Amino acid sequence: MTSKRPRPRKRAGRSLRTRDKVLPHVISTATVLGVIIILRAIIIQAEQWPRIKSQFFDLQVMIDVFPKVLHGFGINMAVWGVALVVIAIWALVLAIFRSLHGPWFAPLRFFSVVYIDLLRGLPSLLLVLLFGFGMPALNIPGLPKSSLFWGALAMISSYSAYAAEVYRSGMDSVHDGQRAAAKALGLNQGQTLRYAILPQAVRNVIPSLLNLAVALQKDVALLSVLGIRDAVREAQIYTARTFNYSTLIAAAALFLVATVPMARLTDYVTKRDRERRLQRTE
Amino acid sequence: MNRIEIEHLTKYYGSKLVLDDVSLNVAEHEVVCLIGASGSGKSTLLRCVNDLVEFDEGLIRIDGTSIHDPSLSAVELYKRVGIVFQAYNLFPTMTVLDNITLAPRKVHGTAKDEAEAYARELLGLFSLEEFAKSYPEQLSGGQQQRVAIVRAMATKPELLLLDEVTAALDPELIGGVLAVIKSLRDQGMTMLIVTHEMGFARDVADRVCFLDGGKIVEEAPPAKLFSNPEHPRTGQFLQRIIEAGRL
Ligand SMILES: Nc1ncnc2c1ncn2[C@@H]1O[C@H](COP(=O)(O)OP(=O)(O)OP(=O)(O)O)[C@@H](O)[C@H]1O
Ligand SMILES: [Mg+2]
Repeated sequence: MTSKRPRPRKRAGRSLRTRDKVLPHVISTATVLGVIIILRAIIIQAEQWPRIKSQFFDLQVMIDVFPKVLHGFGINMAVWGVALVVIAIWALVLAIFRSLHGPWFAPLRFFSVVYIDLLRGLPSLLLVLLFGFGMPALNIPGLPKSSLFWGALAMISSYSAYAAEVYRSGMDSVHDGQRAAAKALGLNQGQTLRYAILPQAVRNVIPSLLNLAVALQKDVALLSVLGIRDAVREAQIYTARTFNYSTLIAAAALFLVATVPMARLTDYVTKRDRERRLQRTE
Repeated sequence: MNRIEIEHLTKYYGSKLVLDDVSLNVAEHEVVCLIGASGSGKSTLLRCVNDLVEFDEGLIRIDGTSIHDPSLSAVELYKRVGIVFQAYNLFPTMTVLDNITLAPRKVHGTAKDEAEAYARELLGLFSLEEFAKSYPEQLSGGQQQRVAIVRAMATKPELLLLDEVTAALDPELIGGVLAVIKSLRDQGMTMLIVTHEMGFARDVADRVCFLDGGKIVEEAPPAKLFSNPEHPRTGQFLQRIIEAGRL
């Protein structure tokens, strides 16, 4: 059936001249550089600039404190990594609970609805404070006393409520015909979810879940309010002692190094996902 | 012997009467075609037969047992009655082979090797063997619909319900699908077919039922119904079809 003729390297269509390819990049780069140079000039001639510069952009301070801030940042990213895995699973469980029908599953459905309403309705900061200070203070035997543990659990609980709603929208977006087909093949409720609904639902919501992951990546800094020595806390400790804020800039840079690639990845996955959908409806 | 018995079936969607006291039997090895205007209730009737939608009054029996009888499990019902939809409804995240072997393996406990061997045999019959490892989106509409028929056949059903299986296809792809259905009839498959292809209905059906406003208005062998309809509504419907160039 398939012909042996090799696929042409270049797509058909008008090809761009070199000038048309290069010129746009040159112009946009020049524009950005120009804006930066002008902004810099304005900032530098400001009266207060020398003071601000030494307070916020003192390179020596950044270098001195960097190991500590980096260590703290390691904690941020470790919490983030663990939280991602737990959220991905727990939120899926919540979404499945919510989607089950039949009287036997009413308690699970009810639990899921109440959980999602409560945890989406509370500010994450408040949850972190309540869990992080409250649970260790309760001093229940057998439960961990670490505020890091409880703070992370608060973040996980809160984000799971959002992620569960994302999963649910993915399950709702699967066409009814898929359920009919699954039922007509004799699949039961669980098999229908597992083989027909969830694979499509998860595939559909990966871009949205990645967006949540990016949001969580910086929100883990909330744990610093519990006194956990993460990147933000380490930076603040130094700031409080010396009134020099350069360490905060160092922490900010570290967060950007982590979040920007994630944002790019999310964009890339979203674009690929859109292309896949377009292809399907052609 | 009647394989499907539909008695006084009535179905509402909300307050809208969609099926109005429909009675219909399909005998062993018989092919019955349902025709009628859009919205006349053809799909709903078909979906009632294998319990995909609930109905308000009446009774449906498969081989003498009500489809609501506790002794007829869902697994048993869906093993005996296969259905193919207008929109194919293949699972897009699975290969063609996995789509076909899903029910035999997961519902009926057939071993993987055995299920795949039978799937490949069926794919071969319908000239689809090269697509076993493809995903549905990589296939044309006609190929997808043939795969959907194979999927319905994979559990060796004795009754097949077909709902406008060619309605979403380009004209040049329809022939292949219709040929598949004809070959099934020649093998003795009992079928209840909803179709807009009057020529096909005339070819393949033992009996044609004309549905109008949720009622079976006329029921006759194709030669009789198409050339000499008794009910004026049937005549009007066929006239419109002829004007549209589809008969
Ligand atoms: N899920 C639903 N909810 C409400 N009304 C419905 C639903 N499904 C079908 N109907 C209504 O029931 C009537 C019969 O629908 P049905 O799909 O059985 O028609 P049909 O004869 O198969 O039409 P077509 O040839 O367009 O497929 C229509 O008036 C339709 O609007
Ligand atoms: Mg229909």
